[in-house]
Amino acid sequence: MREAGGRRPSLNSFIKSALSPTGNLGDSVFRLLMFAVAALMVIFVVGMILALASHSLPSLRGFGFGFLTGTEWDPPKTIFGALPFIYGTLASSLIALVISVPLSLGVAVFLVEQAPSWLARPVTFLVELLAAIPSVVYGLWGIFVLAPILREHVEPPLARWFGSLPLFRGPITGIGLLTGGVILAIMITPIISAVVRDVLAAVPNTQREAALALGATKWETTQVVLVNGAPGIAGAIILGLGRAIGETMAVTMVIGNRPEISLSLFHPSYTLASVIANEFTEATDDIYLSSLIELGLILFLVTFVVNAIARVLVWRVTRTSAAAGLAA
Amino acid sequence: MKLSRSDRTRRLVSGSMTTLTALCTILAVGALAFILTYIARRGISSLNVRFLVETPKPVGEGGGIGNAIVGSAVLLLLACAAGIPLGIATGVYLSEVGRGWFASVVRFLVDTLTGIPSIVTGVFVYAVVVLRMKHFSAYAGGIALALIMVPIVARTTEEMIRLVPHSLREGALALGAPQWRVTFGVVLPAAASGIATGAMLAIARISGETAPLLFTAFGSRFFPRGLDEPIASLTVQIYNYAISPYDEWHAQAWAATLVLMTLILGVNITVRFFTRKKF
Repeated sequence: MREAGGRRPSLNSFIKSALSPTGNLGDSVFRLLMFAVAALMVIFVVGMILALASHSLPSLRGFGFGFLTGTEWDPPKTIFGALPFIYGTLASSLIALVISVPLSLGVAVFLVEQAPSWLARPVTFLVELLAAIPSVVYGLWGIFVLAPILREHVEPPLARWFGSLPLFRGPITGIGLLTGGVILAIMITPIISAVVRDVLAAVPNTQREAALALGATKWETTQVVLVNGAPGIAGAIILGLGRAIGETMAVTMVIGNRPEISLSLFHPSYTLASVIANEFTEATDDIYLSSLIELGLILFLVTFVVNAIARVLVWRVTRTSAAAGLAA
Repeated sequence: MKLSRSDRTRRLVSGSMTTLTALCTILAVGALAFILTYIARRGISSLNVRFLVETPKPVGEGGGIGNAIVGSAVLLLLACAAGIPLGIATGVYLSEVGRGWFASVVRFLVDTLTGIPSIVTGVFVYAVVVLRMKHFSAYAGGIALALIMVPIVARTTEEMIRLVPHSLREGALALGAPQWRVTFGVVLPAAASGIATGAMLAIARISGETAPLLFTAFGSRFFPRGLDEPIASLTVQIYNYAISPYDEWHAQAWAATLVLMTLILGVNITVRFFTRKKF
């Protein structure tokens, strides 16, 4: 009793000083309010995990781990296997990265290392505008412009030259994994190149000057800069991957929406986000809805982890060099 | 000075890499130009005043997107009413109040939230709002959009507040002002234009969202009569028309896209024009 009584005033004064170092009542209210809103962000994330997990319970209990490895998705027969969606999501995102990473690096290197600033500023804005175009608009353009172009001018030559590979076999429709991957590539290019630009800009100029002073060419200097920013560039790519994994509308509109696993890039596929978008309002019974929410939970956890890794990598480069810049 | 052979090769490599990166940039900007001009060309042919004010009609009878425009405006207003104050408050916490590990956790979560797929936000709002209310509603759609908006506004607010010089705060504190008056009377007004810019960009971003509305606001063929009912939006209407089998609806999807893109590009270009010096 005595001990508790003894501790109380010190605890009180601790709370008081934390709330308001100035001893002002208005400040206590202000700090408490701002803290409450910030705590709301934490509650929101925790609540999201809890809500998604609790609504996935019937499916988690019913199918267990087999949900992730099941290759069949047949709602009328209550067979729910998520593997086709996981495969479709990963395959389309990988295609997007293969196309987008060299392109984005090229754009970022050009804008930071090579273009004069009168050109770099407006062009940077234009590339960023690509990120302002809504997903559904990319989808509309994908259906009516990109898919026909791929069907007539890209997929037939691919099938002709590389048809011996399983990747380029099967009927050519213009709707499938490849189209989904290409549309994703266009969508994540402005995101990856924007972050890589920040990372390259954060590399100290002394690095460039040192390389140039040693007689390096422009490209050799750029290589030094790229090596210095490597963790940040890795972060940018992972950030792009996270965006590609969660992209919904554009992919849904061009990927064909068939839950089948096929090596062929021409074959229709299905992604986690797409199946949620397409079937959520049709899910009539509880187990069907629960399975879809579990797909949402998987999507949330995967993108959360991917984004967390990316943030840490990008922070490492941009923050330390910002601090170094301040010190210099 | 005579160049050795290896020097010539090095210069050649350097020059061709410059060309290659320039080509990458031309490709990206070219894609933008291609998409935008295509939207303008296809959209303009079906655009007229009646299309902007009428409600959708069955195939062959025309109809328009009046209800979708009003619906999108209502959803954006709802989202802003909740998302902007919460976002600004979080930003103020991160830059003015929060210290230590908790502030780091909040900053990390806010950063990571901007990368969470919007469809997952939709599923979350469905689970906690729609299932409880037992029907789709404008409220649910507004909440979903607000949740997407908060982290974006929070991060730009924090960055803009950090640009306010410390001497301003110190001056106000030295005059004896409490912290809350310094924040509301000095810091926020000084950062106001930057915060407004961030909010405008966040509005442009959520006005293009479709996935989180599919099973929260759902959609409707009529003008909104209340917030407790399903409500139409431009993006969902574009989606429904785009995947329909009718040419007439495809044309309407392009026209609606032109309207949406005009709004989004208008905001982006205006913001860029007014903040040229800052960024």
